[in-house]
Amino acid sequence: MSVGAQIQRLRKQYPESTSAVLPALRLAQEEHGGWLPPEALREVAEALDLTPAHCLSIASFYDQFRLEPMGRTVIEVCTNVSCALSGAQQVVEAFERELGIDAGSTSEDGAFTLGSVECLGGCGWATVVAVDNRHRLRVQAADVPGIVEELRA
Amino acid sequence: MPERPQIVFAGTNGGALTQFEDYAAVGGFAPLRKARSMAPDDVIAELESSGLRGRGGAFFPTGRKWAFVPKPDQLAKPHYLVVNADESEPGTFKDREIMLRVPFRFLEGCLIAAHAISSQHVFVYIRGEYEQEFEVLRESLEAMRKADLLGGVTVVIHRGAGAYICGEETALLESLEGKRGQPRTKPPFPAIAGLYAAPTAVNNVESITTVTSVLELGATEYAKLGVENSTGTRVFSLSGDVVNPGNYELPHGITLRELIYDVGGGVPGGRELKAIIPGGSSTSILTGADIDTPLDFTSLVQAGSSIGSAGVIVIDERCCMVQLGIRVSQFYEHESCGKCTPCRVGTRWLTQILQKIEGGRASQPDLDLLLSVCDRIMGKCLCPLGDSDAIAVLSYVDRFRDEYQAHIDLGRCPFDGESSLEGILAPSAMHESPAHGIARV
Repeated sequence: MSVGAQIQRLRKQYPESTSAVLPALRLAQEEHGGWLPPEALREVAEALDLTPAHCLSIASFYDQFRLEPMGRTVIEVCTNVSCALSGAQQVVEAFERELGIDAGSTSEDGAFTLGSVECLGGCGWATVVAVDNRHRLRVQAADVPGIVEELRA
Repeated sequence: MPERPQIVFAGTNGGALTQFEDYAAVGGFAPLRKARSMAPDDVIAELESSGLRGRGGAFFPTGRKWAFVPKPDQLAKPHYLVVNADESEPGTFKDREIMLRVPFRFLEGCLIAAHAISSQHVFVYIRGEYEQEFEVLRESLEAMRKADLLGGVTVVIHRGAGAYICGEETALLESLEGKRGQPRTKPPFPAIAGLYAAPTAVNNVESITTVTSVLELGATEYAKLGVENSTGTRVFSLSGDVVNPGNYELPHGITLRELIYDVGGGVPGGRELKAIIPGGSSTSILTGADIDTPLDFTSLVQAGSSIGSAGVIVIDERCCMVQLGIRVSQFYEHESCGKCTPCRVGTRWLTQILQKIEGGRASQPDLDLLLSVCDRIMGKCLCPLGDSDAIAVLSYVDRFRDEYQAHIDLGRCPFDGESSLEGILAPSAMHESPAHGIARV
């Protein structure tokens, strides 16, 4: 099914079609390899009778929408208070060492994007690391080399 | 060890009730049948007499909130129930465990609430990052649909996309309408003009799940739990410098000491308890001396704080309180929606002044300026996001004034690089996008 047809199905869930913008952008992002290039915004806009500029204004507001190409694997480390008290800084630094990139950037081969992010809602299981949105719990700096090895395999 | 009645997590025995038959076997769906045999007003009256108050942070009486929604013959528009599952308050991680472990009790509560406000449309706005929780809810909903339990009500599980502000109810409604999640001016309140400008009740996941339990136990039995003004149990999220972090369902009115030491195993390594954030990062900090404060609405107000979302963050002696201020302020700065100037600009000012203090570059007027900026944020915005930053920072300065003063007097951080938050990191994603011609601000 085309992206446009899938969006049409999404919009039927809602009394007003504009409500389908978030799910439609999520869908378009998945279809476009994890980010929203300008053509993805045009597709969503067309399917929902909106303008691409409106869709960009929405996409740029929410952290989970990506407006730049991402690595094939996206690693996000929560660095909010509870994780930070449990050593999240060291976890980020360990990922930076293992991947050879700074937080907030993508490796040159396009394999990994590393980020430090706000509270992922797992404060009691600190440090929380999201790998492609799947949460790994109680991660410590010493676990990081093993995680990266596993993800590279 | 304090008593631990299980209400929200009843029947789970520490596990999960994710199979339809298992949930039905512990009495599941009987509360829904009971509610549907009652007039909507009687369900609301039952909730009012249970004393249940909202678990999202504002502690507003659930039954009263529903009573504000006009009757269908008073306002001929569709009525909506919107469930706030956008749990994002730092220190809080209870709603996700509720959705994972008792998804049917939660969805059953949605249908009971829909009946109470005469709604045929339920939207569950779930945090975009909660992938597994979304899948569990979707499967559970499908099982209820197959069992013909929805009774003509449409339930849509709607995923957010990463914005703390969407936990604020009017921002959530904006987001659900497909807009940027920016709070609305109130009034009108959602009960009158909420989703699509129609009557809407917005309730938190734990509140809605507890609704099922109230119907099952009856208001009188439920109200026997907890203390006056704070009936029932609460799912406390315990995190930070504590031996056994996690979610614990306990009656309101247990003390911080019971939660942190008896249930949570105390502070690791026998270190000294320095501070406690009792209700998520938006609440005023308490000191170790407040350890005997009961965890209920009134007691925490008397202690100068708030029960908030019941996310209890434990902080031991290793933590620099200026660094804590920076980290908390960075969060609110990042999450400010930008609509109101005092919040958009003020949160950044707070971070920068705190960084100056931490870096040993501050002089006495900087501390006064910090407090002045807090004052210029508080009560001057459409929603409490900026206030939360100001309330938190003010409380750190108020309770740990000597430590702030020491940074200024010494011209450096007295922790000398040994604070548990040393090297704190701000979020790295800042929406820079050459592909779309968006430059870093």
